[in-house]
Amino acid sequence: MSTAVEMLPYVDPRDRGGAAQPMLIARELQRHFRVKGAGKGAVVRAVDGVSFTLFKGETLGVVGESGCGKSTLARLLLHLVVPDSGELVFDGDAVGERGGVNVADLRRQVQMVFQDSYSSLNPRMPVQDSIAFGPMVNGRSKTEARRIAHEILVKVGLRPDLFGPRYPHELSGGQKQRVNIARALAVGPRMVILDEAVSALDKSVEAQVLNLLRQLKRTLNLTYLFISHDLNVVRYISDRVLVMYLGQVVELGPAAEVFARARHPYTRALLGSRLSMDAGRRIEAPPLVGDPPSPIDPPSGCRFRTRCPHAESVCEARMPTLGHWEDRSSHVAACHMTTPDSGHSLAGAA
Amino acid sequence: MDGHTEAAAPLLDVRDLTVKFVSREATVTAVNGATFSLRAGEVLCLLGESGSGKSVTLRALMRLLPKQAQVAGRVELGGQDVLALQGKALGAFRGGEVAMVFQEPMTALDPVYTIGQHLVEMIRRHKGGTKVEARARAIELLDLVKIPSAARRFDAYPHELSGGLRQRAMIAIALSCGPRLLLADEPTTALDATVQIQVLILLRRLQQELGMGTIFVTHDLGVAAEIADRVAVMYAGRVIEEGPVADVLRAPAHPYTAGLLASTVHDQAPDQDIAAIPGSPPDLRRLPGGCSFAPRCGLATEACRQAFPDPVYPAPGRMARCLRVAGVLPGLLREPV
Repeated sequence: MSTAVEMLPYVDPRDRGGAAQPMLIARELQRHFRVKGAGKGAVVRAVDGVSFTLFKGETLGVVGESGCGKSTLARLLLHLVVPDSGELVFDGDAVGERGGVNVADLRRQVQMVFQDSYSSLNPRMPVQDSIAFGPMVNGRSKTEARRIAHEILVKVGLRPDLFGPRYPHELSGGQKQRVNIARALAVGPRMVILDEAVSALDKSVEAQVLNLLRQLKRTLNLTYLFISHDLNVVRYISDRVLVMYLGQVVELGPAAEVFARARHPYTRALLGSRLSMDAGRRIEAPPLVGDPPSPIDPPSGCRFRTRCPHAESVCEARMPTLGHWEDRSSHVAACHMTTPDSGHSLAGAA
Repeated sequence: MDGHTEAAAPLLDVRDLTVKFVSREATVTAVNGATFSLRAGEVLCLLGESGSGKSVTLRALMRLLPKQAQVAGRVELGGQDVLALQGKALGAFRGGEVAMVFQEPMTALDPVYTIGQHLVEMIRRHKGGTKVEARARAIELLDLVKIPSAARRFDAYPHELSGGLRQRAMIAIALSCGPRLLLADEPTTALDATVQIQVLILLRRLQQELGMGTIFVTHDLGVAAEIADRVAVMYAGRVIEEGPVADVLRAPAHPYTAGLLASTVHDQAPDQDIAAIPGSPPDLRRLPGGCSFAPRCGLATEACRQAFPDPVYPAPGRMARCLRVAGVLPGLLREPV
């Protein structure tokens, strides 16, 4: 699949770093939110030291339960929420720093599709105007922007003459999400962040939109960051997967590897919680008990230790690190069991 | 699984249930002649996508629909005509004989009352007794649904509990008066994966221990596989397929069920498109004549567009409303699963 993309003679003039330069590098991103009424200085550690690399042309899936920080992470990448600390490098240029790429330029190249397809469109605007809005803001004339909008509508499978003049309430959920994808693509981004973009859709419509996303990625040479809580969808669409728990990355690796040989006990529990679709093979005992702890006052050491069946004293004493990764094939996990000399009795066995 | 005899009177019998919402602009037929039944102690999953009428059906069973809804057909619970209930009898029926677990516990629970107050109100209203007795029963119920430190959680407000605990509290309230029929409307959809499976296993265990008939509305085939004895698949307000869960998921008889299975992402090869059902569900204000799935169906013929197909029974315990069952399921017709 990736070879087909590499064979294209077309080179994006905006590609400054070349194919080997990652599209996006995040280093130690951190964002805490103050909470009122939860004690002095109480903060939600929404994203707490997240580092990863997004390579050109790949789809990186981000999974985790609600409150793990995946949506805050998406907003940090676009500076919709400004990070407290950490560094963001887009195609070799530091974001928001002198000599780097400014936020407006970043947003021309990175777009986002949100989960709620209705609230992300202006209810008082025909959808073709919503789509044309981006190009107009970026200096296109009204007629030019309208032409772009119609071209994009065709690409997402909606007839412009039929659907362009409609208002959001006149469209079904699947059609609205196609419009949102069109709106994101209208400014010609190189990277798209899909934040639970198919989660609210019915299964039969979800399948249509997933097929569309894959096809658009091929034809427009896009890079995706695909956030979802649905592990089956993430396995299907992603090249690599990043697993988050309470604001931190616990596992990162190629999708096939992570799903076949998960190294972090949390990832294994997530995978074990997937429903089987086979009434003859029901899950008899839940892989985890209880809910995730509050991100306001996360456990010391490893944040997963309060729910982990293998937790030992070392897990309480020290926070495990994710380990070093080099390239697309690296598979790392933040768990003392995967570090040979960590002091955990099962170290090296997992 | 099919050891029960068909002759035994069902706990719940629903015949030609029709619900119309009439407004000046249009008439929306949300449920269009749904027919199904439930035996005592059985779990039936109503499976369908949004707009298929599954939630409206559930609300009709508990008489929770607003006044402007026009309800027709017949609903019998243990021989009692549910649609004819009025006044006090209706009050005793709701919560006493039938209880409902909703999808969003945060909006279904009253934020200014504690979990304990919710429970005590229910128990005293239906069973009478003193406050002290009701409190003891309430804590027993919180224990039953595996809420840790139940006595302390009795005084907690809904916002002080996590999503999983809130849904457990909701289940405790529903079970508080020992209903004969439990209705659950997507009770695990809003929960995280690791919590969803805990609640599903809890519901499965409680249902087996307490033996109440249960109707479980879901859009998720995986949830149905985990909890149902039988499934009834709904499309555009009708039950279009029904049968034992394992058989229906293994070998669907209706093209819509087959399409739903194929389009649910589950272990498909990452380099291939998913076999999505083309198009979208029909507009409930203007249902097509004939089979409502025909416009999206690859097997549809001219006959499919003439009249809505009558039920056919391709195997023992299975029903499908499709003229082309033979086209979907040739194997089933030859040797019943």
